[in-house]
Parts: sequence; structure tokens; C-alpha cells
Amino acid sequence: MTPLLQVEDLRTHFFTRDGVARAVDGVSFTLNRGEVLGLVGESGSGKTVTGFSLLGLVDPPGRVVGGRILFDGTDLAGADEARLRKLRGKRIAMIFQDPMMTLNPVLRIDTQMVETVLAHDRVSRAEALARARAALVQVGISAPDERLASYPHQFSGGMRQRVAIAIALLHKPDLIIADEPTTALDVTIQAQILAEIQKLCRETGTALIWITHDLAVVSGLADKLAVMYAGRVVETGETSAVITAPVHPYTRGLIGSVPHGKPHRSMLQQIGGMTPSLLNLPKGCMFRPRCPRGDDECLAEPALREWLPGRFARCVHPHLDPHLDDAKERVS
Amino acid sequence: MTTVLEIDGVSKRFTRDLDIAEKTARMLGAKIEPATVHAVDGVDLSIRRGEVLGLVGESGCGKSTLGRMVAGLMKPSEGAIRFRGRDLASLRGADAREAALKVQLVFQDPMSSLNPRLRVEELVGEAPRVHGLVSRRETSAYVDEMLQRVGLDPTTRRRFPHQFSGGQRARIGIARALAVRPDFIVCDESVAALDVSIQAQILNLFMRLREELDLTYLFISHDLGVVEHISDRIAVMYLGRLIELGEAQDLFRRPNHPYTQALIAEIPTFEPKRRTYSTIKGEIPSPLAPPPGCHFHPRCPMAMDRCRAERPLLKEIAPGRHSACHLNDQG
Repeated sequence: MTPLLQVEDLRTHFFTRDGVARAVDGVSFTLNRGEVLGLVGESGSGKTVTGFSLLGLVDPPGRVVGGRILFDGTDLAGADEARLRKLRGKRIAMIFQDPMMTLNPVLRIDTQMVETVLAHDRVSRAEALARARAALVQVGISAPDERLASYPHQFSGGMRQRVAIAIALLHKPDLIIADEPTTALDVTIQAQILAEIQKLCRETGTALIWITHDLAVVSGLADKLAVMYAGRVVETGETSAVITAPVHPYTRGLIGSVPHGKPHRSMLQQIGGMTPSLLNLPKGCMFRPRCPRGDDECLAEPALREWLPGRFARCVHPHLDPHLDDAKERVS
Repeated sequence: MTTVLEIDGVSKRFTRDLDIAEKTARMLGAKIEPATVHAVDGVDLSIRRGEVLGLVGESGCGKSTLGRMVAGLMKPSEGAIRFRGRDLASLRGADAREAALKVQLVFQDPMSSLNPRLRVEELVGEAPRVHGLVSRRETSAYVDEMLQRVGLDPTTRRRFPHQFSGGQRARIGIARALAVRPDFIVCDESVAALDVSIQAQILNLFMRLREELDLTYLFISHDLGVVEHISDRIAVMYLGRLIELGEAQDLFRRPNHPYTQALIAEIPTFEPKRRTYSTIKGEIPSPLAPPPGCHFHPRCPMAMDRCRAERPLLKEIAPGRHSACHLNDQG
């Protein structure tokens, strides 16, 4: 089976007055049909720019400067605007963090949804409207007829995000890229949206890239994870494996920072220092200055290497036996 | 354990006055009432000395409004907030200033709570100097001490807020609050905007400061995982009302109120297997027109007729455990 999406050595740089910011610098991953990939990273790690690059949405001074984005066999990295327009919204859809960004505040929901249908399919207005209505029902919106005739400001945050998801679903895309779609929502609403997305992807066989800073949110949703740091994927693997036995010290630190499951009131494991500036990256491994295992060997940049079956990490000193490492850290 | 701060039947209402067209319509006989939001609706809560009380709830539940009233930034519409037994609203002059200094607030977004045109030394040093806690000559050394206390390099004191990272700005906000030697700190979503690894640093800092300075915290957050970790007791709010209160770990293990149960069930956790999200239905109703009876009844799977008509009161259901749900009255 050929993968639906194959990203190889993607590089997106921003040419600013202060220098070249290498926001995405050598990102590779593959995604099969119906699979869910969690793209995890902190602010400035390049996860959003990666998502934008896939759809050719990077604005100047940013530019995709290298690599390949093979979507169903064709390379999108060098594709012209006309070609991308045919794909966007049709075969690849995007859901943004803030639905106010996707929805036009001065147009009614029906106008916006019908427009989306007609952009790619030659159908009658009535049929387009019927499809819009069906999509709203699919994402769990009650009273869809009433909702179709409303404006975005009349909706709550959770409801707006549902509409944005419904719009993404209109053309039954092969791939949905979701950029932090639940970050602005409350826990109970977030759980509703996660449940909805999970159900839809299972039913329709849509592949999903879920971009987030919250490891806990994706761990229940994604089949596999790609952890990003300073523009690079530092670790990938099957979700359960990455969560239970992270190989890269950064992933390990991230999981240690989350309070969940730690003894009450205990000091949290913290990663010292802060994310480096993209304009002034450290030499060698980007994580070296903050890494408890960093030494002179890390001054040469490590390549993404398969350390364990299906487990790739960019590290010279990976955690290959987590139980042993835990024990050692407890002693020291 | 002595009570340091007592919230006694506190309500806060925000009213929007009618505009001229609405006033005219009302004179002509139209039934238009000014829109009133009950942001906080009859909350009783006492906070003990040295404890961390976690206050959780979703957006619009009134947790920040309660925090602002505790910090003295707003006056309650009804009820009283007593700090060390004295009603904050009744204090005048030097007493009022003293109480205002002892309760400090650390905000969510340091970029909007730190004056971008002031240097760190002014941000941190101004209040203690103005209030006479330190003399002008001592201010410089005092600022260094505060910066060190929160883990900032004192050599950065001449910088402006924009020259720091998000985590460092959070530290400046904390240093500023600590500079007037408070006993009580209200943390309003103080770690919400930070990345996970930085959030852990700041949480550790809060825990360390509590030990070192014998502080009491009201820790407001929508992130239940964070609140569970740091709190001794947790209070849960829904649409302006306090619906459950209990010891942190006990509350997480055995939530009583159906809303608390749902909230806890929906915290994203590291689960090795793909989990299926179960959800409570519906959305939070508008606080302009909250449902009658128990505010939660339209979303509650266990709602009965009584819940639609009668407001459940917060009752002690086990030692140290309070819940506002009619289900507890049934045998």
C-alpha cells in the first residue's frame, strides 16, 4: 500500500530582516489512509508551519525551500497555485485553531457552506444546501435549518468549531489537517469535539493530522506521533510506544512536565532553559543546551535513526531501556 | 487550622443599562428589563491559612470574577469578603491599604499586566518603595533579591518586558506580586498561556515559594490536571454557583456532583490505548438566562423534576466534603 501522504525532508524558511529563520528544517513523516497522526510540539517548534506548508499556505517572507510533499503520488512542494486550489477544501481540508479565522463574520453559514460546495462541484444550489445541512447533522448540530440561517457571532465557540469541521467535511476529503482545534475550548466541549472527530475519521476513512501542544489530548486520538523541536521531528513512533517509553530526552521531559499521574504536590520534572530562537540555533543537536544527557558528541547534528523497531529518534544518547534509565535516575 | 479569608454569601451582578431607544420603548409600555448577568451567585467559601485552594470551572462560570473580588479589584454586589476577620469593603485608610497589599493577584497574561514601557526594576521595585516597605536606597538590592527568588538573573533588571520569554514574563509577574510581601496570592490562570515544559517550571516555583514564604493560594484554573496536582482542596463552580468542594485527591477519586464527575472523566490523560470519548451533552447555557432550579439540569443525565424547580444548596455530605445536588437527599 502506498501511503496517502509522504513528507520527505521538508524545509520552510522565513527570510526576515534579522536573518533566515529555519522554521521547518528537515521534517519527514508518512501517513496512510484513515490514519491519525499527532504532530506535537511547543510554541515555535514549527508544527503549524509544517501544516501550512502542506497546503501551500506559507506567506512571504516564508517559502518552502526544499523537500517533497507526496500526496497520493503527486508532489505538492512545487505545485502551482491552480493545482493547489483544486486540492484545498476538496481532497485536503484544514481546521484552524480559531474558527473565527475560517468563518466570514458578515456572511450567513448557509452562504459560506454552499460557496464551499460550489467551489469544487457543479451541483444545483438546492443540492449544495442539502449537503451543507447533512454535514451539520454529521457533526452533531441540532436544529441545522435554523443554524444555516445564522451568522457566526450567534454561535458559541464550540458550535463555531463544529461548523468549521462541517465545512472541512463537505467534500469528504482524504486528509484533514487540524491545527489546535480544541485549544480555545472548554474541557467538556473539547471532549465533544474529540469524540466527533474520532467517530468521523473511523466512519469515513479520512486521514487526520492533529497539530497540538498537548500530548495528553492526542494520546487518546492518534495512531502515531511525531514530536517536533526547533523545526525538526525529534521522535516518531506508534502513540502508545512513544507515550510509555519515549526514546528522545525531549519527549521524556515533555511527558514528565505534565502533572497528570504524578504524586500529589511532588515537584514536576522540568526541562531547564527555554526553546532556542530560530534565528540563533545551537550547534549540533538543537536540544543539547537543555538536555540532561547532552555532551560533546551532540555537537554533530544527529540524523533521524531507527533505534527500536518502528521508533525513530534524532538523538545520540537515546533512552533505549526506560526502566533501567528510570532506576538510574532515581539512584543519582 | 485558622481561616485566613472568608467569602460569605458573595454575589456579583453585572447590569447593562438600557440605551435611549430601549428606555423610550419602556416608557411606551414595552416590557424591557436591563440585562443582568449573575457572574457570581451566593458563594460561601473559607480558605485556611497555608493551604492551596483550587478553583475550577469552565469559561463564564465566574471563577475569575470571584478571584478579582478576593483581590479587592471589585466589590461584591452582595455578601462580604473577610480577610483575617475584617470585611474588605468596610476598611478605610491605612487598614484598607494594608489589606490590599496582603492579597496579591498574579494574572494570566503577563504581556497585558506588565507595563511595556517600564523596566523590570521599576515594575518590581515601584510598589514596595511607594508603600514604604523599603527605602529608596534599599530598593535596588531588594529588587535583586526578588528577582533571584523567582529564578531570574538580576543582571536583566534594566530590560523591558518584551525582551523576555513567556516563562520569564510569568516570573516577573510573580516577583512583582511578591515584592509587597503578601500573605495571600490569587493566581488567575497564571500558567494557562505557557508551554508544558515552562508550565512545569512555574508550578514548581509556586510550590517552592509557598514553602519558603508561608503563602496561601487561591489557584484559579480551567486545567483540572494542574489544579489536582497543586491544590489541597478544590472548589468547582458552574454558572456562578459553587457546586462542589472537597479535599483534592478525594474529590478526584470520588466526585459527587454529576458535573464534577463529567469534568473529571473528560480530562485528557495519557492512555496507552485509543480511548473513546464519552461526553456530556450540550453547552454551557448563557449566564444572561440561566436555567431555573439546578443550573446543570439541562445537561445532567440524572435530572429529576425537582432539579428543574428548586435550587440545590451546598450541603456537607461527608466530613470536609460539600456538594450541591438533590441526588444526595435520596436514600
